[in-house]
Amino acid sequence: MSMSDSLLRIEDLRTVFRSSNGDIAAVDGVTLEVPRGKTLGIVGESGCGKSMLSLSIMGLVPRPGRIAQGRVLLEEQDLASLSPAGMRAVRGAEIAMIFQEPMTSLNPVHSIGDQLTEAMRAHDAKASKAELKERAIEALRRVRIPSPERRFSEYPHQLSGGMRQRVMIAMALSCKPRLLIADEPTTALDVTVQAQILDLLRDLQAETGMSVILITHDLGVVAEMADEVAVMYAGRVVERGTAKDIFEDPQHPYTIGLLGSIPRIEEDRDRLLSIDGSVPPPFAFPKGCRFNPRCPFAIRACTEIDPPLRELSPGHRAACIRAPVELALDIAA
Amino acid sequence: MKEPALLEAIGVAKHYPVKKGLLFARQVGAVRAVDGVSFALHRGETLALVGESGCGKSTTARLVMRLIEPSSGDVIFKGENVTNVGGAKLRALRRHLQIVFQDPYASLNPRLTVADAIAEPMTVHGIGDAASRRERVQELLRLTGLRPFHADRYPHEFSGGQRQRIGIARALAVEPEVVVCDEPVSALDVSIQAQVVNLLGDLQQRLGLSYLFIAHDLAVVKHVADRVAVMYLGRIVEVAAKHELFSNPRHPYTRALLAAIPRPDPSRRGSVTPLGGDLPSPLAVPPGCRFHTRCPVAQAKCKELDPPLREIAPGHTAACHFAEDLPRFNAEADGGVAPVAQLRLAAYAAARAARAPAVVPAG
Ligand SMILES: Nc1ncnc2c1ncn2[C@@H]1O[C@H](COP(=O)(O)OP(=O)(O)OP(=O)(O)O)[C@@H](O)[C@H]1O
Ligand SMILES: Nc1ncnc2c1ncn2[C@@H]1O[C@H](COP(=O)(O)OP(=O)(O)OP(=O)(O)O)[C@@H](O)[C@H]1O
Ligand SMILES: [Mg+2]
Ligand SMILES: [Mg+2]
Repeated sequence: MSMSDSLLRIEDLRTVFRSSNGDIAAVDGVTLEVPRGKTLGIVGESGCGKSMLSLSIMGLVPRPGRIAQGRVLLEEQDLASLSPAGMRAVRGAEIAMIFQEPMTSLNPVHSIGDQLTEAMRAHDAKASKAELKERAIEALRRVRIPSPERRFSEYPHQLSGGMRQRVMIAMALSCKPRLLIADEPTTALDVTVQAQILDLLRDLQAETGMSVILITHDLGVVAEMADEVAVMYAGRVVERGTAKDIFEDPQHPYTIGLLGSIPRIEEDRDRLLSIDGSVPPPFAFPKGCRFNPRCPFAIRACTEIDPPLRELSPGHRAACIRAPVELALDIAA
Repeated sequence: MKEPALLEAIGVAKHYPVKKGLLFARQVGAVRAVDGVSFALHRGETLALVGESGCGKSTTARLVMRLIEPSSGDVIFKGENVTNVGGAKLRALRRHLQIVFQDPYASLNPRLTVADAIAEPMTVHGIGDAASRRERVQELLRLTGLRPFHADRYPHEFSGGQRQRIGIARALAVEPEVVVCDEPVSALDVSIQAQVVNLLGDLQQRLGLSYLFIAHDLAVVKHVADRVAVMYLGRIVEVAAKHELFSNPRHPYTRALLAAIPRPDPSRRGSVTPLGGDLPSPLAVPPGCRFHTRCPVAQAKCKELDPPLREIAPGHTAACHFAEDLPRFNAEADGGVAPVAQLRLAAYAAARAARAPAVVPAG
């Protein structure tokens, strides 16, 4: 992908936490592009650094964490080097984020309407109260909340989980961002509600032309929504490509193992593939390839060399010296 | 003639009164958490109970395990009505019905070592002496893919998948006949989920267990179940053998659930179709068919008449007035895993088998 097709470009990003044993990297050398008007899906299991990556983009890494290295380029502007005030302006106007648990991100003591108009006032200090109210109701209508006039004066606890997530989306979109980061936006929701929210996100993207980073551990959600996909493991991107690349031509053994681990509606297998062992915590990342202790294709070199992402076909990269694995198997046999 | 059911629920209900006023509290309504549920679990089978949050799955499980008292209805275990048994009989029943919970973090006592946690049900039921229990703990650790030295560790030292293995070992300690699995893999990562799902399958084969398997993930259910019961708002709306349910669902809600699942296949993008509306509260169950407020094919009749769960084909029951009239269901049989991906999955499985360790690894 050429530079100009992407809205956001993350270069060699490293986000660390200080500990008694030195810095621990939750995000460790990630390079990614977010295509304009498209959806980048980031998938990986718990603790692989998905949220830290998105918080790094937003300039919201919690203390004692910090960005230790790398750039976050929105067009030409490096967000990683902005002052807190500069970053706040970007967050208000160009990038917005929605989180997994809408209840914790809404304030329980203020009405939906107050929170929504408050968020809008931040970008438009001149608007009158009546104007803001009208816009807020319109925003609720846009995320398909029934009877938005009534909901305007209700409180978060009076809304279902799916409705609260709609309110969060309405708030995030109130500043007309060019990039929406959705961190597990449907993980806490039931499948039928999830389907409503995904449908809504897709429509809103078509309407506004915004780019979306969709973070999830659900491969079904990724396949349904993402144009481009990055698979993360232990703080790194281990494979990137189009959704078709990742699902139809998976190259990294971790991606293959993940695809084998998901039960599927359309087929019957006696056993799921499953990946042995579990994800190591950041302070215990192994030497060499971080997946090597769990990888059935690992050879000695994998315990020594930290494999870089290499391009296997145009735009499709995997960080594995054994890929494509069917050839590795022949050699071993 | 089929063998009689191992465990049976007949019209079981649980209504929680809702009271108003502090001093002279009067009942102003009821949460109909479970509202007349019947099903039978047969020996050696896995019956899945699926449905969305709050539909009454956990409450149903706790009712049939006699952990809470039903407002009405009967629970039958091995042909005996156990709805009102107490004392020694209830203790004996509890030994035969064990449960594995969703949250492996919350369901283990942080102050008990793994060995003590696994041995606890044996102590409670007065099974064996200290030495034989120790031996049994070792056997259970092996069985669930844990290591002998894990016995003296504490829960916080384990990953989620390992804790779920401990929970399973503990449930199996007293050799139950029925294991109720209440969302046993919902809190786990995909790769770990697969390990636990495989383990549950292995154990069932080895020990002849019967599972009441509660889940909201239909793909997991498709993998583990023999039969599936779909719940909506306190009721079972459809029951069928797994293949029948997935290929020929006869309740509009089952269809909506199936249509809502995003498939891990980008060539199917856009096939997810959302169901309109919100789930009604169990405090205000709609009259008539409780699904009519969201049903895409509801008719006037549905607003008034509550459809009973009735047999529409042998072994297939559905609670819909129009179950037979629904059009053929478009079960997309094609698709699935692309050829190259299939090749890689096979290579992965072969490589893994080639270096399989002696014990099932627990991670
Ligand atoms: N405040 C902190 N101090 C030290 N380490 C932290 C802190 N916050 C997060 N981490 C570590 O950073 C790593 C990445 O965490 P992150 O929240 O990004 O994971 P994730 O991929 O979003 O996982 P999940 O799917 O569970 O949300 C984890 O190993 C986590 O333990
Ligand atoms: N002790 C109680 N008092 C009042 N209402 C209750 C009580 N226990 C459960 N309920 C209600 O009964 C309904 C069914 O709850 P239950 O926990 O059985 O649902 P579930 O299907 O297991 O949901 P989930 O998928 O979220 O675990 C819910 O609306 C719940 O709020
Ligand atoms: Mg996260
Ligand atoms: Mg439950």
